Amino acid sequence: MTEVKSPEVPAPPAAVPAELAPERGGWQRVRPFLPLVALVVAAILPYSTVQLPGVFEGPLNSPGTLQLLAVCLIFGGLAAGYDLLFGRTGMLSFGHALYFAAGVYGTDILVTKAGLPLWQAALLTVTGGTVLAALLGAVALRTVGIAFAMVTLAFAQVAAILVARDFGGLTGGEEGLPLDVSGLPDALVGVANTVNLYWLALAYLALVVLVVHRVSGSPTGRVLAGLRDDERRIGVLGLDPYRYKLVAFTLAGGLASAGGVVYCLIVGGASPHITSSELTLSLLVMVVLGGPGTRWGPVLGGILYMYLDHRLTAFGTSDAVDALPAVLSRPLSQPLFVLGTIFILAVYFFPGGLASLTSRLTPLRRALRLPSSRP
Amino acid sequence: MGTVILLALTGLGLAALYFLVASGLSLVFGLADVLNFAHGLFLGVGAYATWWAAGNLPGAGPDGFGFVLAVAFGVAAGTLVAVLVELVLIRPLYSRTIEQVLVTVGLSLAGVALLQATWGADARPFPRPEWTRGVTGILGAQVPNGGLLLIVAAVLVLGALLAFLQWTRYGLVIRAGVENREMVTALGIDVRKSFTLVFAIGGAAAALAGALGGVYFGTVSPGQGSSLLIFAFIVVVIGGMGSVLGSAYAAVAVGLLQQFVNYYGTSGLGDICVVGLLAVVLLLRPQGIAGKVATA
Repeated sequence: MTEVKSPEVPAPPAAVPAELAPERGGWQRVRPFLPLVALVVAAILPYSTVQLPGVFEGPLNSPGTLQLLAVCLIFGGLAAGYDLLFGRTGMLSFGHALYFAAGVYGTDILVTKAGLPLWQAALLTVTGGTVLAALLGAVALRTVGIAFAMVTLAFAQVAAILVARDFGGLTGGEEGLPLDVSGLPDALVGVANTVNLYWLALAYLALVVLVVHRVSGSPTGRVLAGLRDDERRIGVLGLDPYRYKLVAFTLAGGLASAGGVVYCLIVGGASPHITSSELTLSLLVMVVLGGPGTRWGPVLGGILYMYLDHRLTAFGTSDAVDALPAVLSRPLSQPLFVLGTIFILAVYFFPGGLASLTSRLTPLRRALRLPSSRP
Repeated sequence: MGTVILLALTGLGLAALYFLVASGLSLVFGLADVLNFAHGLFLGVGAYATWWAAGNLPGAGPDGFGFVLAVAFGVAAGTLVAVLVELVLIRPLYSRTIEQVLVTVGLSLAGVALLQATWGADARPFPRPEWTRGVTGILGAQVPNGGLLLIVAAVLVLGALLAFLQWTRYGLVIRAGVENREMVTALGIDVRKSFTLVFAIGGAAAALAGALGGVYFGTVSPGQGSSLLIFAFIVVVIGGMGSVLGSAYAAVAVGLLQQFVNYYGTSGLGDICVVGLLAVVLLLRPQGIAGKVATA
C-alpha cells in the first residue's frame, strides 16, 4: 500500500473584486486612529470653556458639566462590561447591579467606617467584587437561559435587601452612606478637583474598552462568541462552556466593581437605588440601544442613556414642555417613560442599535453616490 | 399559639398575593415562553383603576356593592391592558425570546413611569370597605380582614383556574401547549389564540392582586408591582414553569417562610431565606416542584 500524499498546493489568495476592495482613501487611513483621537479630545475637554447652550447648563469645564460627563463615562464603561455578558457571550444576567453596588458600597464602607486609605480600599473592593462574582457565578451558571436570569435577579435582590435593611449599621439604609473625604488624597476632594475625577472616569472607560476588546479578540473571546451562537457546538468541540462563561462572568463582575469604586468617588457616597434591579435593566437598555456585541455601541449607549436620563429631567420641566397639554407634558417629564418608549421602538425597528447606523445607511449612501459617479 | 396562628394566616395572605401574580406569570411563561416583566404593570393598572373607579365611576364606591364594582372595573382594565400588550407588542415577536423579554422590560419601565406621571410618585390612600380595616379573632389570634379577603380570593381563583384548565376545551389546549407546543400546532390548533387567553387570565389575576393588595396594604403606589414581581418570579421558578398548582404550593412555602423568619429572625432575613430556597431548588430540582425545566 502506498500512502497517498496529497500535495499541499498553496492556495492563491482569493482575489477581491475591485468594487469590494476598501477604498484606500484618506478616511480609511485615519479610521484606526479615531478612538485615540476621541480619547485625546475627551482628555483635553476640561480645558475648554465653550458654552453649549441647550446641551449643558454651564461651560464645558464647569464642575457640574464635568461631573455629569464623568457619570456618563462610568456608565459607558459599565455598559461595555455588561455587553461582555449580554452581547458577546449571550448571557442574560439581571444581577449586574450587584457587582457595581459592591464596588460603591465596598469603597464607601472601607474608607468611611474602617478608615482605610483609598488605594487599599479600592484594591480590596475590586478583589472582593471579583471573588463575589466568581462565587455567585459558580452557582448561577448551573442554570441556563431564563432560569439564569432569575437566579442572578434573586441574588441582586438579596444585596438590595441587605443594603436597605442596614444590617450591622454599615450601609446607612435608605439614606445611603456619604463618603468620608478626610482620609482621601487632596486631588480627589472638592468641587475644584472635579476635573481629576473626570479623568479618572475617562481612564476607567478606556480600561474597560481595552479589556473587552482584548478579550473578545483572544481565543477565549472566540469561544464566548461561539457560546452565544450555539452552546452545544462548543460542548461538542470538547470545550467546557461552564468554565468559559464563569470567566466572562467574573471578569464582567470585576470590571463593574472597579466602576463602582470610581463612581463612589464621583458621587461622594453610596445610595441604595444603585442596588435596585432597575439599574441592571437600564444597563440592558443601554447595551441594546447602542448595539450589543459591538465595540463602541454599548459605550455610546451608556453615555447617551445617562446623559438623556439627566437632561430629560431638565427638559421635562422646561417651558416648551410645560406649554403642551397635560396629556403630553406629564409623561414627557418622566425620563424613564421617554427612554422606555425609545427602547421598545429600538427593539422593533433598530435591532442593531446605534452601532448599526453606518451599515444601515450604506445603501442610502451608495444610492446617493451612484448617480454622481456615472458620466 | 396565637402568634403562630397569626403569622401563619398573614403568611398565607402574602402567599395569596404572590399566587395571584405568579399564576398568570407561570401560565404565560409555560405556554408562550415569555418572561413577562410587564406583569407588575398589570398589577399597577388594576390597583390604580380600582382606586380611580371608587372615586369617579358612578355607582362604584369604597363600600359594599360599589366596592365590588370598583374592583371589577380594575380587573377589566388590567385584562384589557394585558390583551393589548399581547396583541400589539408581544405577538409580532413570537419565538424571539430575548426580544420579548426586552420589550416587556421597556414596557415595565415606561408603564410605571406613566403611572407615576399621571398620579404622582407618592403612595395614595386606597379606598377600602370599613370591615377590611378590622380584625377577626381566629383561635385566639387577631387576623386582619384584608389578609383573609386575599386568601379567600386566591382560593377562589385557584379553584376557577384549575376547573378551567381541567374541564374546558381551551384549558385542554393550554395544558397541551405547555407540555408540547409544536405538537399542538401540528394538530392544527391555533395556539396563538390561547396566548392571548393566558395573557388575559394573567392580567386579570394580577389586576385582582393589585386591587386586593391595595386593600391589604391600605395604599397604592406606582412601584408596588415591581417589588412584588421579583418574589412572584421566585415563586414561579420554585413552583415550576407553567404549573398553576405548583405556583400555589410555592407561594404558600415562600409566604410562610418569609413571614415566620422575618418575625423570629431579623427583619429582612426572611426575604433572604426565600432566595436561599430558590437557589437550593434550582440546584437540586431545576424543573421546580412541578413543571418543565426552565431553559431557553
